[in-house]
Amino acid sequence: MYENDSTDEKSWITPFNVVAGLIVVIGLVITILRFTGGLATVTNLSDYNPWGIWIGFDLLVGVALAAGGYVTSAAVYIFGMKRYHSAVRPAILTGFLGYALVVLALHYDVGRPWRLPYPFIVQQGTTSVLFEVAACVALYLAVLFIEFSPAAMEWLGIKRARNLVDKLTLLLTILGVVLSTMHQSSLGALFLIAPSKLHPLWYSPFLPIYFFITSIIAGLSMVILESTLSYRYLKHKMDEVYLKEKNDVTLGFGKAASFVLAGYFIIKFFGLSSGNDWRYLGTGYGIWYLVELFGFVALPCVLYAVGVREKNLVLIKWTSVLAVLGIVVNRFNVCLIAFNWHLPSSERYVPHWLEIGISIFIVTLGILAFRFIVTRMPILYTHTDYKDSH
Amino acid sequence: MSISRRKFLGWVGAAGLSTVWSGPASAATTKHFEGYPDSLGVLFDNLLCIGCRTCEEACNKVNELPPPEQSFKDLSVLDQKRRTTAKTYTIVNRYNSSKGPMFRKIQCNHCLEPACASACFVSAFKKTKEGAVTYDASVCVGCRYCMIACPFEIPAYEYDKVLEPRIMKCTMCYPRVIKGLLPGCVEICPTEALSFGKRKDLIRMARDRIHRYPDRYVDHIYGEHEMGGTNWLYLSGVPYTEVDMREDLGVTPASELTAGALSSVPMIVGLWPVLLTGIYAINKRSDKIAKHERELAVDQAEKAASEEAAKSKAKEDS
Repeated sequence: MYENDSTDEKSWITPFNVVAGLIVVIGLVITILRFTGGLATVTNLSDYNPWGIWIGFDLLVGVALAAGGYVTSAAVYIFGMKRYHSAVRPAILTGFLGYALVVLALHYDVGRPWRLPYPFIVQQGTTSVLFEVAACVALYLAVLFIEFSPAAMEWLGIKRARNLVDKLTLLLTILGVVLSTMHQSSLGALFLIAPSKLHPLWYSPFLPIYFFITSIIAGLSMVILESTLSYRYLKHKMDEVYLKEKNDVTLGFGKAASFVLAGYFIIKFFGLSSGNDWRYLGTGYGIWYLVELFGFVALPCVLYAVGVREKNLVLIKWTSVLAVLGIVVNRFNVCLIAFNWHLPSSERYVPHWLEIGISIFIVTLGILAFRFIVTRMPILYTHTDYKDSH
Repeated sequence: MSISRRKFLGWVGAAGLSTVWSGPASAATTKHFEGYPDSLGVLFDNLLCIGCRTCEEACNKVNELPPPEQSFKDLSVLDQKRRTTAKTYTIVNRYNSSKGPMFRKIQCNHCLEPACASACFVSAFKKTKEGAVTYDASVCVGCRYCMIACPFEIPAYEYDKVLEPRIMKCTMCYPRVIKGLLPGCVEICPTEALSFGKRKDLIRMARDRIHRYPDRYVDHIYGEHEMGGTNWLYLSGVPYTEVDMREDLGVTPASELTAGALSSVPMIVGLWPVLLTGIYAINKRSDKIAKHERELAVDQAEKAASEEAAKSKAKEDS
């Protein structure tokens, strides 16, 4: 696969590389500002608004969108859907990079990042939902690293360790599902402690379940989106098996996403009823809630279903964009927009542009790392030594 | 938080962290925690408060906080809607209520079951048996989940500090109290708007005032039950919402709000692997049966074909 790279080297200055390079430079400058001036110099965080987009986007959205790893590996290795096998490695890689970047982003957000291991090694706050999140994210990052490692070891030619990890596949997959169930839901449970601050339409005792179910939607949609983008920009790295299964994956995952969205719509409706929050629907927040529920849940559900029925791959791909946006909208609503709704507008949070800068910087790092790995390691193709192993 | 639940233990054990487990964990309980017996508190009576800001000044001095932006003599700041910050543990605001100007003193309420302590993933907050909720900056990571959790919006953060930012909040002058001294604000108050004592005595005292002057006071001791009860208590001459104190917080302690979610952890750890392995086994078995049936079918087809061939060959031969 190295032959292709030689041609790339000639045209190293591509628009993509220039933009990405610029973002990385700006990101590094903001990084210096953050770690020399403190949070106050680069964020609009306040005593009323202790969490901004570094939590709302980088952590909450980041973890949800990285759910493709556990969703895909569970589908293939546990539910026996072997025809999606070629989707596992890109999904695991996206998940691994996603979680690694979440942890990186947390280093910017917390006041003393060098103390991030403290909950495990110094003092355990086991009554905290955040402790559960932290423990599961840390463990799952390790699991994802091991799940990803065979690709790296095939690339490096380390056969024995690679085969050993390969034997652990089922165990790692089950561990991944257990850990993901816990921390995906716990991210929603974080907000259970603040019923007086989160708008009643979004506050629900079912928040953990909502977060878990939406993580499945996010995972399925991200696999579709990621494969679409990979096909567009990294087609030359794909082998026959990948190309052959690609449309099957899009159709199958689109179908699954449609079903899960339908289920999610129903439980959201039940949640609304059990909270008896109907009276809020006429307010401004209520209209925004309905926009979320119909525009970003019901609509992608229907569009996925139509796309699958008519085998309209283009529609499914665009729907995956809508569904992913829906996850962003949902997490922003819970963490930022409907949170502190009782405060006057002068006390509300609007992100500083440097905060947005760091978030863009971190996403860019993820894309660069993905490209670096995919152009070198057997992610979108099967390594020649292991052609018959599956 | 010393009122911890055992619900988490199962998972911690499963995750292999039990070896690093330290510190006692008391048993789970469905009983309502009514606070440590004889824990101390402060009663604030807004009918007695004259808004002189000397409590702010005393607090600033005994806690060695940075000098204020506007002098404590400047009473014009009372009309701003101020809140606690990293530089001020307590502030007094003035509100135009139905009974004329009325003051409100804001500081940590020292909950019986503090949301901050329940939320903290390094247990930096501690509910002491004296009643104060204390904070240990030496373990704090700076995640600010306590600020999300606090229903009274009290903890503030040193956003401008680079290396050692801390959560800042009233300690009920814990270091002074254990020495037998009064909290700074209580000691200085010229009108006895602040009373310090055992929480149960303060509640009795507050009830007595309501009983004696039913026309003056609202029949509600704020803090007796709010969020499960607080060690800081309030009496007011006007409905609490008129002085911007929320009456919609409910009486459920914060720890109970997340207990259900945390208790599902051992169930997920216990059940998921069993279910998932079961699904895997079923799929594997059906694959095996399918393979077997396919082989059988192929065998039969081959057999039939060879018989056919033998027959036709025999026909040809004859």
